[in-house]
Amino acid sequence: MSADVPRSDAAKRGLRLILWAPLVLFLIFLAMFASGLIRPGSRDIPSRMVGKPLPGFALPEGAPGHPPLADAAFRQGQPRLLNVFASWCVPCAAEAPQLLQLARAGVPIDAIAIRDRPQDVAGFLAKWGDPYAAIGSDVDSSVQIAMGSAGVPESFVIDGKGIIRHQHIGAIEPEDVPAILAAVRNAR
Amino acid sequence: MIAEAGLAALWLAAALAALQFAIGALGLTRGREAMLLSVRPVAMVQAVLAALAFLCLIVVFVRVDLSVALVAANDHSAKPLMYRFAGAWGNHEGSMLMWVTILAAAGGAVALFERRLDERTLVATLAAQAFIGLGFYAFLLFASNPFSRLFPVPAEGQGLNPLLQDPGLAFHPPTLYIGYVGLSVAFSFAVGALVTRDVGAAFARAMRPWVLGAWIFLTLGITAGSYWAYYELGWGGWWFWDPVENASLMPWLAATALLHSVTVLATRDGLRAWTVMLAVVAFSMSMVGTFLVRSGILTSVHAFAVDPRRGSFILALLVLYIGGALALFALRVGTVREGSRFDPVSREGALVVNNLLLSAILGVVLIGTLYPLGAEAVTGEKLSVGPPYFNAAAGPLALILVAVMAAGPLMRWRRDELRNLVGRLALPVLLVALALLGLVLLAPPIGIFPLLGLILAAGVAAASVAPLWKRNLRRTPLFTYGMVISHLGIAVALAGMASETAFIKETLVAARVGETQTVGPWTLRFNGVKPVAGPNWTAIEATLTATRGGGRPYLLTTQARSFWTPPTETNEAAIQTVWDGQLYVVLGKGSDDGRWQLRLWWKPFVTLIWAGGGLVAFGGFLTLVGRVRRERRAARAEAWA
Amino acid sequence: MRRTFLTLLLLSAAPAQADSLMPSAALADTQLPDARQEEQATALMETLRCLVCQGQSIADSNAEMAGDMRALVRRRIAAGEKPDDIRTWLIARYGNWVSYDPPLDAVTWPLWAMPVLLIAAGLYLARGRFRRRGR
Repeated sequence: MSADVPRSDAAKRGLRLILWAPLVLFLIFLAMFASGLIRPGSRDIPSRMVGKPLPGFALPEGAPGHPPLADAAFRQGQPRLLNVFASWCVPCAAEAPQLLQLARAGVPIDAIAIRDRPQDVAGFLAKWGDPYAAIGSDVDSSVQIAMGSAGVPESFVIDGKGIIRHQHIGAIEPEDVPAILAAVRNAR
Repeated sequence: MIAEAGLAALWLAAALAALQFAIGALGLTRGREAMLLSVRPVAMVQAVLAALAFLCLIVVFVRVDLSVALVAANDHSAKPLMYRFAGAWGNHEGSMLMWVTILAAAGGAVALFERRLDERTLVATLAAQAFIGLGFYAFLLFASNPFSRLFPVPAEGQGLNPLLQDPGLAFHPPTLYIGYVGLSVAFSFAVGALVTRDVGAAFARAMRPWVLGAWIFLTLGITAGSYWAYYELGWGGWWFWDPVENASLMPWLAATALLHSVTVLATRDGLRAWTVMLAVVAFSMSMVGTFLVRSGILTSVHAFAVDPRRGSFILALLVLYIGGALALFALRVGTVREGSRFDPVSREGALVVNNLLLSAILGVVLIGTLYPLGAEAVTGEKLSVGPPYFNAAAGPLALILVAVMAAGPLMRWRRDELRNLVGRLALPVLLVALALLGLVLLAPPIGIFPLLGLILAAGVAAASVAPLWKRNLRRTPLFTYGMVISHLGIAVALAGMASETAFIKETLVAARVGETQTVGPWTLRFNGVKPVAGPNWTAIEATLTATRGGGRPYLLTTQARSFWTPPTETNEAAIQTVWDGQLYVVLGKGSDDGRWQLRLWWKPFVTLIWAGGGLVAFGGFLTLVGRVRRERRAARAEAWA
Repeated sequence: MRRTFLTLLLLSAAPAQADSLMPSAALADTQLPDARQEEQATALMETLRCLVCQGQSIADSNAEMAGDMRALVRRRIAAGEKPDDIRTWLIARYGNWVSYDPPLDAVTWPLWAMPVLLIAAGLYLARGRFRRRGR
């Protein structure tokens, strides 16, 4: 039955080659699996707004005794650090000493408090130190989302013309401080 | 002592697997009759020893022997007996031991029951099964020993998570695992047949019941898993195309294709190489799924204990077994004589189309699941592939497949005439037309996919019972009934999916106690909230009374739970099943002004999804019984002759 | 198995995502009065990926940020914006990761062509298996 049409030699060779196709496909998948194991992708979602102007916003006062925050503050010619944080966020307390260190080094720092109440922010600052100039309150994360920030804490370096130059995802650890300082310097 | 006994049994079982492989291989190459004969008993003893090791693990879990590290981490003396029992496989090491036990038991069952297969092919099959076993024994003994001791012995275990104390945990994993690992038999059959170059109708008839058995368990496991997630995760979704869900679907797709191609091979001696390929692919998908889920290279809502070292070990096993089998396939299958050719309009022609579509769906699911990984490796950009892609890419293929499923069983083997087929399909087509008319006239405007789904479901339901038309129902073989019921189950599940998608009603409200809300045809009165407490959680419990028209009222209770070890919030949905669907109610946060967030869903005929899955599995069971009975009768007839 | 495990580990190993004391945003769990707009918003939310979860859409997630994103989607739909424009706006901030509906571009065309490619490959493989009719 199978021999009712004699196959040419070329067709037979083609058939034999095709038999290796599954193995080749498997090896491609394997390479992908291995690369996934060797270099596990980071779970961070970087903002696409780096290199672009800060979105316009005007947030109400985030803590008593601090001025509120608007995007105009970042177009005064001086690079500033914009820290996205919350009093209810545990890693935010962990990065507080590094932010104080950056403030002492002369970096002006503003903050956006996410889903927070002014009295809670005040308590947080009293406990962990206060490196901030202005603090804006973003109760529904809308400015955070407009900036492409995917969680707290995150920090953005913004140059004097209102362009986002650098994003740091997660808490600023002591070893991250030089990189942040360099990013601020480069934004001049 | 019991832990040491378990470990000893595991080592012995591993040694026997090595022996089984060695004497099988030597017996085949050297042609020693005694060696060939001793493979069967070795396989059976290996199965007994592996089962003994698993039993030892269950015993230490039931007795809460905290000197065993695994027990200390996953057990607790305050847990009810059933959950201490099920806790044995609710962790990585225990579930791998269960995997190995099923692997050995499957080999033992083949050794015990398989009488129809050529003896040399059987020995090659058992040797292959032992070879697979060796890798997983090594994985257990060197990288995930379930019996390692802990010193000092802790006073109490850490496994008191009431969320895991769910009957689902007791039944769902074993069911799915029997399915996954049962496919190893098909894999070993394929390897054995490639080694002895014995791929033919007899081989297909021998392999078919084993594939069917594994497939029944897979179907049940996926159906149960879908329902479990539906009620447990509390957002009312039954399928999200999550990587872990896809990992469980891929072996099922391959096994379903294999089930149909093996029928072509058994009946018409065609699709030889293809059937062997599918047998290899089906179990490969089980192993790839295990790797994907445990290595953590893909993100899933169903997070797992991920460990790159274990991931590398499983990856090495993939290279060895899948790579080895595919290389053997490439080298050997060219020497397997090609089977017969088909007429395009024939039962086997329809089955080829079935295989083509199932394989394409499998490819879409596999590539869609892995694409983000590949794209990030190549471009560095993150990408998500989710329901919109899978529904758009696999949905049309699935609908065509269902249409072919309606027509296929009405076609004759070898050669049919389109004219006759049209006659046989007239009634289903008429029903489709009526369903279309009814939906367009009566129903609110719905999406094109749900519309097609509902129409096809009506047609397929009619067509699936058509093979029984004008037949002597008492003389119709059981396996024909099985096929009819399985196909009907697909139509039922499809109707459920389409109906849920098209007619779901959602109401989100912030409600005060005493207020009434409506969702679809239902009126729900919010009776009140009260705090309740469990062993390591507190909860707010809301009660609602649901009525429809002047019908009887139903009392619904739903909780928003807060656990403190670890701090987790969960929603216990209230689900009220009525004949034509389910009410699904979830309690959310409360606010300062005394309002509570309520999410109310009315899901018409959603239960058909799982009822359909159950029917599919039940049909498989009838087919299995029918096939085994017929094989027995044939064997007896041969013995008489 | 997978499911179990997952529930198991989701609960035992998931880092405690601290929650704020604030109530959820106005439109996070409130439907739009216009049923057609609400339908559009729901369809869009089901295809947007929650940023702080492991693999859930913002429609399914209980995370606060998912709620804020739902509120944002409803607000913009109510203001008359088209769902596709909202998706594009979010992709401009978070990349394609945020959308479960991969775009058709240089990176993803093989993905979208896959069903056709697979069927074509299958037909090529099967072509020799069929006898010509009417012999």
